[in-house]
Amino acid sequence: MNLPGSGIIKGMAVTALNMIGSYFDRAHAKRLTTEQYPEERPTLVETSRSFPFLVFDGDPEAGIRCVACKICEKECPPQCIYIVQDKDANGKAIRRPRVFDIDISVCMGCQICVEVCPFESIRMDNIYEVSSYNRFAPLVLHKEQLLKSNAYYNQIHPTEAAETDARIEAARIKKAAAAKATAEKVAAAKAAAAKAAEEKAAAEKAAPEKPSQPEQNA
Amino acid sequence: MNFLENLPLAAKKLILDAVEWVCNWLCAKTGIKLPDWAMPALLTLVSILIVIVTIIAVFMVMFALMSVFERKILARMQNRYGPNRVGFFRWRLCGLFQPVADGIKMLTKEDIVPRGADKIVHFLAPIAMVAPALVLPVILPYGRGMVPIELSTGILFFFAMGAGTELAVFMAGWSSNNKYSVMGAMRAIAQMISYELPLVMSAVVVALVAGTLSPNGIVEAQAGYSFGIIPKWFVLTPWGFVACLLFYIGALAESNRCPFDLPEGESELVAGHLTEYSGFKYAIFFMAEYVGMFAINGLLVTLFLGGYQSPLPFLEWIPSWCWFFGKLACVAFSMVWVRATLPRFRIDQMMQFAWKFMLPMSFAALIAAATWYYAGRGPAAWGISALIVGVPYLVLGRLCFTRRHAADNRRYLYSE
Repeated sequence: MNLPGSGIIKGMAVTALNMIGSYFDRAHAKRLTTEQYPEERPTLVETSRSFPFLVFDGDPEAGIRCVACKICEKECPPQCIYIVQDKDANGKAIRRPRVFDIDISVCMGCQICVEVCPFESIRMDNIYEVSSYNRFAPLVLHKEQLLKSNAYYNQIHPTEAAETDARIEAARIKKAAAAKATAEKVAAAKAAAAKAAEEKAAAEKAAPEKPSQPEQNA
Repeated sequence: MNFLENLPLAAKKLILDAVEWVCNWLCAKTGIKLPDWAMPALLTLVSILIVIVTIIAVFMVMFALMSVFERKILARMQNRYGPNRVGFFRWRLCGLFQPVADGIKMLTKEDIVPRGADKIVHFLAPIAMVAPALVLPVILPYGRGMVPIELSTGILFFFAMGAGTELAVFMAGWSSNNKYSVMGAMRAIAQMISYELPLVMSAVVVALVAGTLSPNGIVEAQAGYSFGIIPKWFVLTPWGFVACLLFYIGALAESNRCPFDLPEGESELVAGHLTEYSGFKYAIFFMAEYVGMFAINGLLVTLFLGGYQSPLPFLEWIPSWCWFFGKLACVAFSMVWVRATLPRFRIDQMMQFAWKFMLPMSFAALIAAATWYYAGRGPAAWGISALIVGVPYLVLGRLCFTRRHAADNRRYLYSE
């Protein structure tokens, strides 16, 4: 028989057991799932992303992958990227950004800049402690703040970085092979030309009075 | 151990002696001759001041501790940590300084009065709320010979003053010029007046058996041990147990605590009568609520849990005031426990519970107590009074709490 009020006793027992359990349970960590943030930090999943950054290889100045093509600037939906191309001493534009700013107060983390970049130079970071006391200047990240090494990229997004590196390496090999092929072709053409010239010279020597057919074709 | 027992009284006497000595010294020094009535009058005034300061200090500290421990206990019952950050410089102290931070935040907040508000009533409501709450604790016996004001009609005084908070709640709700405030105030009035009845009835039960309305007399009536080990607290008798539970539920309702927090009902009315209050006035309301809760818990301890009497004969060496505050802490903890467990009542269920269950039960307890009183307080009296409260409990429980199948003939007026 269910006594009136027995449900209340059962409920009280549940809360009491939970309270005692939160102090003495062996699965303590499983019960109290709150992360004590500044001391305990979450391990971010590999796919986590926040704001874009610029990848460089080796040296931050020379190794910058960005060529200031401005595709990301044009594609950015909230238009938070600002790029100015660099110029050399003669005033001729070179393939390198002089200014590269991202306003992270505007950035929405859509990753479109990453997807459109043909040079694998802009990638998503996973920083999240970017709050500041001023809402204007500190939230616009400049080139120096945005530049981060490929090693860092490999560290935060290993899979993606490995894939990118493999693609760059493949492209490099392909390019080298193509260059080699071109070089060989050029060399072959040169050799052929030289041979033809030799033959022509020999022929001219053999029959100086007779006009040559190849000369007309050339 | 008499030293600890009498520590508060000795401290009071020390202060009074010091005041007297300083006055005499000053008179002797300046050559002023005081009239005969001046010194006793001064000493009375000082002793009143001591009592006021002590009560306010003790209850403020209890309020501060309660506000942090309530949150921590509640959190633990929900498998959270609760406040554990605010400390003293770099020592965290488990967040014990949270009330200090809360206080600073409350006091520095802007005090907003709505444009359409009745400004005078809006201003007076917190005062009308806190004044009775601070007056309530004076009649409670905190220890042997430690009653701030000995009133032969202490219980009556308590309920008379306690009823004043209802007016304050309605003042707050009405003057705010906000529909949520008024709704909350209406609910508060309905709830408080409904639950005042069983609350007072269950206190009357104790007055009936103890034969006095003086809190100190009631505590004295609970002194001693039956069989040399079981304390003669009223909660350990059948009628007393029922009356204690009824009083406890009534106390929950009177102090607007879960599951009777309908007047505030965060999910329904923004904050009920507190909606338009901020800053210091809100803090006053908050404080009044907690002090009122402590006072009514103190009365519960006095009426049913033997006040300052120790639970076992061999623990009598612990000072009586420690027992009182220990019991008070236990009751306060149980209120937090109830808050963590039970969801809020629906308004019609709340009214039904008060009028159809609690009021008849308090009458049953009254009859049981009378029977117990005249049947000689022996085993036979025990059995009869248990029967008198047990049968109505089962019958009323069946009648009030069995679900009726109303779904078949329920009609929605505008849905067809």
